[in-house]
Amino acid sequence: MNARTIFRFDASRLGDLLDGIAERGYRLLGPVAREGAVVYDELGGADDLPRGWRDHQDPGRYRLERSDRNLFFEFNMGPHGWKKYLLPAEEPLWRALWRGEEMLFEETNVDDGKRAFIGVRACELAALAMLDRVFGEGDFRDDRYLARRANLFIVAVNCTRAGRTCFCTSMDTGPEARSGFDLVLTEVAHGGAHFFQVAAGTTRGDALLDALAFEEASPADRNLAKRLLDEAARSMGRHLNTGGLPERLAGSGEHPHWQRIAARCLACANCTMVCPTCFCNTVVDRPALDGRSAERIRCWDSCFSADFSYLHGGSIRQSTGSRYRQWMTHKLSSWVDQFGASGCVGCGRCIAWCPVGIDITEEAERIGEELS
Amino acid sequence: MSEPAKRPSLAVWKFASCDGCQLSLLDCEDELLAVAGAVDIAHFLEASREVKPGPYDLSLVEGSITTPHDAERIRFVRAQSRFLVTIGACATSGGVQALRNFADVDEYLSIVYAHPEYIQTLATSTPIADHVKVDFELRGCPIDKRQLLEVITAFLHGARPRLPAESVCMSCKRRGNPCIMVLRGEPCLGPLTHEGCGALCPTYNRACYGCFGPKPFPNTGSFTDWCLGRGSLTRPEAVRLFRTFNANAPAFETESRRHEDQNDQS
Ligand code: SF4
Ligand code: SF4
Ligand code: SF4
Repeated sequence: MNARTIFRFDASRLGDLLDGIAERGYRLLGPVAREGAVVYDELGGADDLPRGWRDHQDPGRYRLERSDRNLFFEFNMGPHGWKKYLLPAEEPLWRALWRGEEMLFEETNVDDGKRAFIGVRACELAALAMLDRVFGEGDFRDDRYLARRANLFIVAVNCTRAGRTCFCTSMDTGPEARSGFDLVLTEVAHGGAHFFQVAAGTTRGDALLDALAFEEASPADRNLAKRLLDEAARSMGRHLNTGGLPERLAGSGEHPHWQRIAARCLACANCTMVCPTCFCNTVVDRPALDGRSAERIRCWDSCFSADFSYLHGGSIRQSTGSRYRQWMTHKLSSWVDQFGASGCVGCGRCIAWCPVGIDITEEAERIGEELS
Repeated sequence: MSEPAKRPSLAVWKFASCDGCQLSLLDCEDELLAVAGAVDIAHFLEASREVKPGPYDLSLVEGSITTPHDAERIRFVRAQSRFLVTIGACATSGGVQALRNFADVDEYLSIVYAHPEYIQTLATSTPIADHVKVDFELRGCPIDKRQLLEVITAFLHGARPRLPAESVCMSCKRRGNPCIMVLRGEPCLGPLTHEGCGALCPTYNRACYGCFGPKPFPNTGSFTDWCLGRGSLTRPEAVRLFRTFNANAPAFETESRRHEDQNDQS
């Protein structure tokens, strides 16, 4: 991939790039600023991007404000993750109905068509790679996930600015996108110039760039872009010391700090809902009143709900402390045994979107420290 | 699949309440005919003057107990009902009229009525379950019609209704709403509140009022302390926040009293 040419184009031509993707039959999905947050939704073109918006994030706090730099991608993570397109929050799987004396089962088709994700950040690419592992490898593959995944065109965007809740460098996932994209962009604004650097990661990406005939990036351009990425890497708002962390957490079952977290945690599940790798889901049946048909729905679930650990007779994780411990030790420790890498990609969403500002990096550190 | 020989009978009862929850049944426009076809509506004054004698297979009870007469009448209703489901915040926690539990009812009476001696009322408003055995509770102010249909459907087929004991936040996030607490720093009761409405208010940009009452083990203290610490709530506001439709639900009651007490001290 390193052998691929790096091109540059003036920021005014971003629309041409997106239009080129749309012309190839992809529905564009990407960031839009709406009601005070950057969320993912349908894009008509480059004009719909949250140009000139910048976010400020802290534990339990997110604010969007105008920035006079007028960049397309000056914001970091919003509350949405791309998982909502691959594992919808709620989707019907099949319907059962009586036809006379016979019961029929009708599977609900996946027909989302070809879709392009615009503006996927490095940590989010790592999260997608993790979901691919969870749903696409091993003995239990999810056909619905794979069908949606196969129809994606991915445009990554390198982060040239890190938020106060970001820690991708700790998790070794960013801020530079390394793989898992068709195209990768770096937005550069310097001395009156505003341009994008772009490279392909796949032959599909190559074909699109060929058609657009951008000029090659100069060594000076590339240096500028590299400097921005280095700055972003140095300005991570948070840090997680991952050395020996899985082992430390695995042995922390009775640590008193779980109780201190429990005193603050609301068990509301917001952290798992916004986490780009949290994949837990459940199925519910919705029978019709007349008993002649029923629908099976799959929807997002969370280890923070009481019903999640319901076995015969009751929930096995009654206390909030045990639920938080389940979440964090799975994410940062047993996930490694299960899927070969940490379940955390360092996006910081769970920190910003926790209504009472519980910070996974701080809590993990606390539990590690006091044991050693 | 054979049709049941006899349709189960349904009765709807009203205690201290506004009728809104019963009306949710009439509000099931699309499904109403199916309901009417599946059950024999034997006692539903809001819909028909015709009253068939009990006992009834399924009773839906709306409203709270606020008078000595109602405290007796609910025993009669229970005795007439094979399966009794309470519907709404009044029936399940005492409703907004449970604000009287925090005040002096005699004082109200003397202010409101010219002849308070004709009024027979209790000092408290209490949920039905404080008086008789309840088979199932449906919360909300008003109840959610999908949940009502879920309960009726489950009853008809002998299944257990699926009403997850999770927070409103889970529905809110499934709907993709950016969180109001985080975005605007406004106290939203979603994290403490039992799901049921599908996050109706946050979806329309209004913080959750908690009308479905507390979820199991709500961490009210952490929530309120966070809001107080950030200046998004004052103590008097905290008292009012927990004292609405479910003021008498134990978790909300304790929390509102905690801040009232600290108010008095300050
Ligand atoms: S655990 Fe938190 S920081 Fe890590 S990937 Fe999930 S949301 Fe992001
Ligand atoms: S850590 Fe925060 S977001 Fe997660 S369940 Fe607890 S209070 Fe909710
Ligand atoms: S807006 Fe309210 S209900 Fe929605 S996630 Fe935030 S706290 Fe929960």
